[in-house]
Amino acid sequence: MSLKTFKGGVHPYDGKELSKDKETTKLLPEGDLYFPVSQHIGAPAKPIVQKGDTVLAGQMIAEAGGFVSSPIFSSVSGTVKGIEKCRTSVGDMVDAIVIENDGNYTEAAFDEVEDVTKLSKEEIVEKIKNAGVVGMGGAGFPTHVKLSPKEPDKIEYIIANCAECEPYLTSDYRRMMEEPEKLVAGMKIILQLFDNAKGCFGVEDNKPDAIAKLTELVKDEPRMEVVPLMTKYPQGGERQLIKAVTDREINAKMLPADAGCIVDNVETIVAIYHAVKLGRPLTDRIFTVTGDAVSDPRNFRIKIGTSFSQLLEAAGGLKNPAEKLIAGGPMMGFALFDTNIPTTKTTSALLCMTVDEASKYEETACINCGRCVEACPESLIPSRLADFSQQKRMEEFEKWYGLECIECGSCSFGCPARRPLAQAIKTMKKDALAAKRKK
Amino acid sequence: MDNILHVTSAPHVREKTDTQRIMLYVIISLLPASIFGIYNFGWRALVMIIISIGSCVLSEFCYEKLLHKKITIKDLSAVVTGLLLALNVPHTLPFWMVALGGVFAIIVVKMLFGGLGQNFMNPALGARCFLVISFTGAMTSFTYDGVTGATPLALLKNGESVDVMSMLIGRTGGTIGETSAIALLLGAIILILLGVIDLRIPGTYIITFAIFTLLFGGHGFDLNFLVAEIVGGGLLLGAFFMATDYVTSPITPLGKIIFGIILGVLTGIFRFFGPSAEGVSYAIIFSNLLVPLIEKWTVPRAFGIVKEKKEKKEKGGEKA
Ligand code: SF4
Ligand code: SF4
Repeated sequence: MSLKTFKGGVHPYDGKELSKDKETTKLLPEGDLYFPVSQHIGAPAKPIVQKGDTVLAGQMIAEAGGFVSSPIFSSVSGTVKGIEKCRTSVGDMVDAIVIENDGNYTEAAFDEVEDVTKLSKEEIVEKIKNAGVVGMGGAGFPTHVKLSPKEPDKIEYIIANCAECEPYLTSDYRRMMEEPEKLVAGMKIILQLFDNAKGCFGVEDNKPDAIAKLTELVKDEPRMEVVPLMTKYPQGGERQLIKAVTDREINAKMLPADAGCIVDNVETIVAIYHAVKLGRPLTDRIFTVTGDAVSDPRNFRIKIGTSFSQLLEAAGGLKNPAEKLIAGGPMMGFALFDTNIPTTKTTSALLCMTVDEASKYEETACINCGRCVEACPESLIPSRLADFSQQKRMEEFEKWYGLECIECGSCSFGCPARRPLAQAIKTMKKDALAAKRKK
Repeated sequence: MDNILHVTSAPHVREKTDTQRIMLYVIISLLPASIFGIYNFGWRALVMIIISIGSCVLSEFCYEKLLHKKITIKDLSAVVTGLLLALNVPHTLPFWMVALGGVFAIIVVKMLFGGLGQNFMNPALGARCFLVISFTGAMTSFTYDGVTGATPLALLKNGESVDVMSMLIGRTGGTIGETSAIALLLGAIILILLGVIDLRIPGTYIITFAIFTLLFGGHGFDLNFLVAEIVGGGLLLGAFFMATDYVTSPITPLGKIIFGIILGVLTGIFRFFGPSAEGVSYAIIFSNLLVPLIEKWTVPRAFGIVKEKKEKKEKGGEKA
């Protein structure tokens, strides 16, 4: 049987062996912690604490700024020092609540639920919403919004995104190896919301042990299934994953729910479990520190808000000088100016590369070879789209479906002329969307 | 530490293959045909290849030097053009003519249109046609084993019979690189295995031409004739090495197939209804001109798009 997948895609070096076999270590933060008020898509959260307030670990410090928004919780106990601007991993300057960590980790009270099955659907969604759960794979879409589609009865698939297709990242993998029960329990809670849905765990076949573990766990769960997927980037792209698991296709204007699907990544589903069963807000996550420049690449269970620099230190620091530091993976991650930035709900990795091959390459003329076309998982013509972007021809850009780009970077990855295709397309896409909004 | 950090846009890793390597692969896959050409036609073929490549590379270098542009000869594309040009001329051609052809290919067909990636016509083929028009006699007389005679295709056109076996091996008259079907196919397999080309263009080209031959070749289902037409002349060389030229073929997957079909039909028309026995070069050049149009027609639907249109219709229907 051929493995399930999508059309297009590329096979970058995966680098996962650096960190994948090491047990996750718990790491407690030091010093002041920064909590940006915008760690999700939608309205920023509104701070509800003031300078001088004492807070407990797990206490809400900013409330949701609307329906499409999410509250923020302190991950430590201590004193609020104020609100300051701070740089995030994507390079923006945002407001952040600064908390001086007292080092005691005194927790707020959480109400654990004895029997989750007794909760009503509304109660479950409410708990998820109040725990600040958002998509932790990077997008940061508030999970309670995702779980409130217009027609819940039409949802047929809950897809757990266990693909982890970005090279080097192993946090989801470690979670699946160490605490797969939580993932399955989280899935069970989501399934409680959707009577007609089946839970599918989509895992790339380069993680056979994770597939085995999950398969064993769901063997008595009639509504769950493990779906092994071909190892290919970007298998974990939402649209690509839906295609592979259900053979349904959605485009940029549609939501997964339009195809009867809801997709959540591993960390998010575990956070749902924590939120609903244990009553714990989202204050922890697994984070990968890796790359050939790192002394001891590994995963950490972190308190959200821990700074990148402390994480790097905890991994033994740099053994070689690094040319590039990336928040996230090598395909879609953001290059960093420095490591004085806080982790958030959506940051999953710090990748340190000794040599930055990619910026050494010189761009040459497009030879029209079509590799970008073959690689594009959205069936676009990246070379032309990049031309349109350079020539500022927005109309053609949209006609050639430029807005469908998922910014996966596969086109740039394979281009023999080393053109920064994805970058050019991203730029034009931003402009085009901005122009649309103006209208 | 911080001052050496690179901050650039994702993706931060790249595939190893670059333009130079692709061109190197093309050169490697042309080696079987080149070596056979030298073996078949002798030292003149070797010198022809060297002069042709030299002329192309030098033209590119001088042009760029004079205009103070970046020197691009190390991308090896000029070497490919030179090699292809040499394989497309008879070994008896005066050397200065092939040198002139090289200059024409690079300066006129390639550089004046903006260099690699901008030309709409395959440089080697453009130069070949230029040579045929300028020096028809020298370009169309073929000597084999010291005897000037007709090529197998010309024999076929006159209704004479040919020995298919020697055509497969390549022991016939013709241009330096086109005679041996086996050497060309070997090269084609290398190209495909190295991932340089796929079968969309050459496959549809050859299949379309075969069907055209069966229908309009005037020989009905004559296997001998069919095979001779396919392996004869420049068809294999053209289909695998020149029609697949990235720059001058459509980038869209469907466009490649349409391109192949047009090539097959045109080659058939030129060969069976035109005055000459050959037709591949003109078919490719003519189709090169159609590429922008073909691409415009064949922009693939993006992932997930058709459904949306259907839905729109449904919604529209509901409203109406
Ligand atoms: S991969 Fe690069 S060189 Fe090839 S067609 Fe696309 S943009 Fe051009
Ligand atoms: S065009 Fe967009 S979707 Fe297609 S490969 Fe490039 S970045 Fe990915």
